[in-house]
Amino acid sequence: MTRFALSATLVALMSTAAVAEDVAPSDVAYDDYGAIAQSLTGVAGDPAEGLRVMETRSAGNCVACHQVSVSTAAFQGNVGPSLDGVADRWDVDQLRGLVANAKMVFPDTVMPSFYRVSGYIRPGDAFTGKAAGELSPLLTAQQIEDVVAYLQTLSE
Amino acid sequence: MRKVLQRTVAAMALGSIASIAMAQDDGADLVINGEIEITVRAPAPAHMSDTGIDTILSGWVFRSDETRQLEMDDFDNPAFLAVDRGIEAWNTVEGTEGKSCATCHGDVEESMAGVRAVYPRWNEEAGEVRTLAGQINDCRTNQMGADAYAYDKSDMTAMEALISVQSRGMPVNVAIEGPVAETWAQGQELYYTRFGQLELSCANCHEQNYGNYIRADHLSQGQINGFPTYRLKNAGLVQTHNRFRGCIRDTRAETFAVGSPEFVALELYVASRGNGLSVEGPSVRP
Ligand code: HEC
Ligand code: HEC
Ligand code: HEC
Repeated sequence: MTRFALSATLVALMSTAAVAEDVAPSDVAYDDYGAIAQSLTGVAGDPAEGLRVMETRSAGNCVACHQVSVSTAAFQGNVGPSLDGVADRWDVDQLRGLVANAKMVFPDTVMPSFYRVSGYIRPGDAFTGKAAGELSPLLTAQQIEDVVAYLQTLSE
Repeated sequence: MRKVLQRTVAAMALGSIASIAMAQDDGADLVINGEIEITVRAPAPAHMSDTGIDTILSGWVFRSDETRQLEMDDFDNPAFLAVDRGIEAWNTVEGTEGKSCATCHGDVEESMAGVRAVYPRWNEEAGEVRTLAGQINDCRTNQMGADAYAYDKSDMTAMEALISVQSRGMPVNVAIEGPVAETWAQGQELYYTRFGQLELSCANCHEQNYGNYIRADHLSQGQINGFPTYRLKNAGLVQTHNRFRGCIRDTRAETFAVGSPEFVALELYVASRGNGLSVEGPSVRP
């Protein structure tokens, strides 16, 4: 109970801190290879939270397309490659770039851009089928950092 | 450069893809009521030569044994309750003209045989491409003086199911040239457009990734030869445009309306990707 309250306070604190420093989707600096050298929040990512984001349908739902062997999520898909050992293939900056906007690396990929808010055709208001107002990115800046932190643990 | 890379990767992966594909398509045949042979795999029509698909597959191929089974006998197929309602509606007088469908079209088994296989098609008098649903509503409003059915509701799907049954086992043979060419091209364009915040086109899922899984969903080629389909999830018949709408909505996009010109065009195009498969409606899907 106390611990819960404490961590809730912490989260609240952290997210205020994060908001102050978040790099907005349109301000993200990608290098020529689609990597992002700077943290989007300045707050270290939480790998446990990153895994949760990746497994949760209403969040990243990365396991819809990717298999992650250590994840216990049911029904992992195979539209994309397995993410096992992904940290051996890409460094942290590259991983951040891939998660934020994989199209900078793979222009035609089916992988959605998780930290981008413009350039879409008939964007909708989430899954309502109605037209969108102002778009939020699919993941928050901190969620991107959390996911990247988790991906860095995936080495073989 | 990227293309080259992709091709190499594709070539390298080919061996494994082929074996996966074998695992997907176990070669089972669909015979309904022990007598109607359904073509569930066929050579892709010529217009698909650039798609990388050489064999078109009915959605039935991708379904579990239990779901497949439900379609193999009309007594097990829950859609046949709707077919019965369709027969009733066929014979019911409605509207200001005091007519039923049967008044003009007589026996549905005779007059509607082969109809579903060629829809959507050009209507010369109206100068437009008509879906089966569009034609049914045209008869209701202009021939019977009755109200149009709601495009994707149960009265419509029941009538579509009844009419589809009369063509079961016949090859889908939708015309794509002549007066429909422009509409067809519009449908093709829509099929390859990456809609919504997830930026996914029909092709991304149903052409590039059929046979793969998106979470629990086993992706088919998104064929419509089986429509209207009885979806176990909805416990009811689903109209073609309703399915299109759901698929577009799931890309976090603003969808088009059922019966809209965009969906009519898309239906024509998607139907033509099934040319050579059998009419299978009303089918059963999860
Ligand atoms: C709609 C399917 C889809 C979703 C959802 C998806 N990806 Fe991907 N992802 C892909 C595909 C396909 C590739 C391969 C790149 C290509 O298209 O050539 C890929 C590539 C990657 C790569 C590079 C992998 C490697 O080993 O080279 C990473 C890392 C990655 N994705 C992470 C993620 C994360 C994290 C999420 C969730 C936040 C996610 N993906 C969601 C389809 C998807
Ligand atoms: C007053 C006569 C009349 C009635 C009643 C009528 N129709 Fe029609 N129907 C026609 C005519 C005439 C056509 C020829 C196509 C056209 O409209 O150009 C037609 C065409 C059709 C077609 C297309 C056939 C083809 O080969 O392309 C279908 C399907 C159809 N009707 C269904 C129905 C249904 C279902 C009903 C009842 C809800 C119905 N019709 C009621 C006169 C009628
Ligand atoms: C994110 C992936 C995705 C996209 C994009 C998508 N669909 Fe689907 N679609 C599915 C899934 C999952 C199913 C259910 C399993 C299956 O049959 O593939 C489905 C089913 C269908 C079916 C039913 C097939 C049957 O056998 O009954 C049709 C038809 C269809 N889609 C058409 C389309 C069209 C047209 C588009 C483009 C407007 C589209 N889909 C876009 C994922 C997608």
